[in-house]
Amino acid sequence: MTNSIADIAENSQCIFIIGSNTTEQHPVIGTKIRQAKRHPESIEGRHRGAKLIVADPRRIDIADYADLHLQHEPGTDIALLNGLMHVILREGWHDEGFIAERTEGFDEMKEIVEKYTPEVASEITGVPAGDIEEAARMMAENRPGTLLYAMGITQHTVGVANVMSCANLQMLLGNMGVAGGGVNPLRGQNNVQGACDLGGLPNVYSGYQKVTDAAVQEKFENAWGVPLSGEMGLTVTEMLDAAEAGDVRCLYVIGENPMVSDPDLNHVRYSLQQTDFIVVQDLFFTETSEFADVVLPAASFVEKEGTFTNTERRIQRVHKAIDAPGEAQSDSWIVAELAKRMVALGAATLDEDAPHAGWDYATPADVMDEINALTPIYAGITYRRLEEGAQLQWPVPNEQHPGTPILHVGEFSRGLGRFAAVDHVPPAELPDDEYPLMLTTGRVLYHWHGGEMTHRARNLEAMYPEALVEINPKDAHNAGIEDGELMKVTSRRGEIVAKAQVTDRVEPGLIFSTFHFADSAANFLTNPALDPQAKIPEYKVCAVRVENAVAGRRQGNLIGQ
Amino acid sequence: MCVVSVEKARGLQTACTTPVAEGMIVETESEAACETRQFVLEMLLTDHPNDCMTCEVNGDCKLQDLVYDYGVEWPEPNGRRHVYPIDPDPNPFVFIDLNKCILCSRCVRACEEIQNRDVWSFAFRGFETKLVAGTDQPMLDARCESCGQCVAYCPVGALYDKMSVGLGRPNQVEKVRTTCSYCGVGCNFDLNVRNGEIVRVTSAEDAPVNGMALCVKGRYGYDYVHHRDRLTRPLVRAKWLPDVEERVTEGEWTLVEVAEKRAEPTVSGNGAIAGDAFIETDWGTALDVVAGKFAKEKQAQGGDAFSVFASAKCTNEENYLFSKFTRQVLGTNSIDHCARL
Repeated sequence: MTNSIADIAENSQCIFIIGSNTTEQHPVIGTKIRQAKRHPESIEGRHRGAKLIVADPRRIDIADYADLHLQHEPGTDIALLNGLMHVILREGWHDEGFIAERTEGFDEMKEIVEKYTPEVASEITGVPAGDIEEAARMMAENRPGTLLYAMGITQHTVGVANVMSCANLQMLLGNMGVAGGGVNPLRGQNNVQGACDLGGLPNVYSGYQKVTDAAVQEKFENAWGVPLSGEMGLTVTEMLDAAEAGDVRCLYVIGENPMVSDPDLNHVRYSLQQTDFIVVQDLFFTETSEFADVVLPAASFVEKEGTFTNTERRIQRVHKAIDAPGEAQSDSWIVAELAKRMVALGAATLDEDAPHAGWDYATPADVMDEINALTPIYAGITYRRLEEGAQLQWPVPNEQHPGTPILHVGEFSRGLGRFAAVDHVPPAELPDDEYPLMLTTGRVLYHWHGGEMTHRARNLEAMYPEALVEINPKDAHNAGIEDGELMKVTSRRGEIVAKAQVTDRVEPGLIFSTFHFADSAANFLTNPALDPQAKIPEYKVCAVRVENAVAGRRQGNLIGQ
Repeated sequence: MCVVSVEKARGLQTACTTPVAEGMIVETESEAACETRQFVLEMLLTDHPNDCMTCEVNGDCKLQDLVYDYGVEWPEPNGRRHVYPIDPDPNPFVFIDLNKCILCSRCVRACEEIQNRDVWSFAFRGFETKLVAGTDQPMLDARCESCGQCVAYCPVGALYDKMSVGLGRPNQVEKVRTTCSYCGVGCNFDLNVRNGEIVRVTSAEDAPVNGMALCVKGRYGYDYVHHRDRLTRPLVRAKWLPDVEERVTEGEWTLVEVAEKRAEPTVSGNGAIAGDAFIETDWGTALDVVAGKFAKEKQAQGGDAFSVFASAKCTNEENYLFSKFTRQVLGTNSIDHCARL
């Protein structure tokens, strides 16, 4: 996030949510948005009647609290955003001063946006032209406004273009680098921000220092005492392809479950079967562990010390409350033991004089010291400051720095903010005669990601014990499916059977499901088509057909008898 | 309880509705105010079960504290009393005992003004006034999102966390502040620990991001850490281990049947352990197998032989170490995690 949660809750005059089911996926942010929205009178300066606009193909919970719900079709975000910008430009509501001083590429962007009259945008998105006009007016009249998004924006073959389009809108309105403004991705997992920040990515070391930058490479070679590769590594989706081809022979899977969370699971299964040696390190025996050669028992978050970084770049402590069960060990202990053993076997020759070559860490604070030394954005984040209660949001370039609650104040990190001219491109797979419905995927309040944890939290599981597929009453009627009946959903890649939830949360032509349940995970159906830059799969759109699974089964039974 | 004496004003004033004025002199503990409070407390007690000995919130109860502070005696049974069913609501999260409700409306306001969910309100009149969800419905039918905010604000034992009933009272638990393991909001809360077990999660007013607010997963989704499925020893396929038959027979290692969907039986017809059977081993053996295989592959093929899935669930320090291990020891930049999924 460019801004902070509290800042949005207290200062945004208009909150625009696009592609985020906020009340179910980030419930406490949902709470804060409802506070900002609901009470017109000010109580302790916090309830102050902000405008709320929600753009989502489904009638999600937060839409019920919105001033305006723009129910656009999946995969038409750019057309919608360009339509909004068209109206803002046409009416002269754009922030000329901000655009002149802080941005570049305005004219190219403007040229593209000119094509997207509300009528054109309406034609593509299915949102009434009047609603697009109204939303643009609301944004223009209520500044500063913030934009919140999540995977409804990113999980598309045009994910990167979608994000740039969001940034275009906020720069056009002058909503960047100010309290209550910003472009704010809501990160899904407790420490997905930290995993990215600390080098859990194939193209960067910790702190987003590029592996292809020779100076950076040299810095880490000197620190770690070993020659390093200057070539970009593989992304998750590419790793599995390489494993299938036999190029990658060993997979080391830590706290992840690709057999549930990755697209096109039939393909994932085949890739894992082809891999020579797989190590899985987790709390539980997962679907992926079935393909493992070695399974290592790891400690959970209540059994170790450390830090997590939240979606607003705030670093917070994790404290140990109990001992891990049996012989389970923390991930840091396990990986350090492996490193020491491999070094002893001569698999890596480390220069002992290098300052950070070794693997002897007594506590996570020792690791943080090393992070401080090698990671400019984390340089001033020390355990001492955290224990004293310092609230630190990176970048924190030194120990005296108070942290950075709002990014891009006065200047963008790249200097001038660049408007990107982006055009609508349809999703990679759209409904046709054979697969006439569109499937979009997401998550529900009571479960989380692959469900490894929530299926084992007894009351969360009791609340939502099986996979459901949301289907509009019209489509359900056409397919002969009643509410609560088992339905079969088939795509070009696979099929699942799950219970139908007949509801007008989805429009006719669209169905919705989740990947929380391994046996009926929507990822048997999803399209592995990737965004060319971000390599993110298009989870939000693929083509499917549906039928009543019970009717089929009854028939089968009769024949069998 | 909010009555105060204001100089030159007639009678006691309610502090929560009386605007402050220039030169106003307020006495909060005047004799009249204290007597009134004692009277109100006594009235509350006449319709309150005398069961502090077994009450979940004993020691963390505002009513108890006030009764103690104002020296109120438990009144003789006198007049009508409510008898409500205990825990009548089928939801799995919030325990309701209206016999203990003092109609303070903190839950109503927490749900309406903080959570903005409007589940709770008061229904009926006079002595019959009671707390209801929606139109006197089950909570979940009244659009409750099970955040537990009402429990967090209940000053007595009327609303409590159902999962924690009977597992430990405030003076029996140790509280450990931490950050939630679910979504990226970064809520802080207190793990309530008793005898090495997490028995409850309670919210903390000074939590920087969330204050008292939590969601259903954060507040009620912690019990997975104690699930019987937790792995407790390393598992290695028999084919990677030396002297398997012998060490299993000696009881040093164990042949395990994990819940996996494999066609092959783990033990063949002649009683031999199949090569892909999982054996529970010691750490030294398991780490040697992994390090040995990784070292061999690295020698043969270099760093390109490896790919590492790091984890968005692990700590910052751990992810840094995964990155270091991948690049420094394995010799590749192929490390990624589910940021895109």
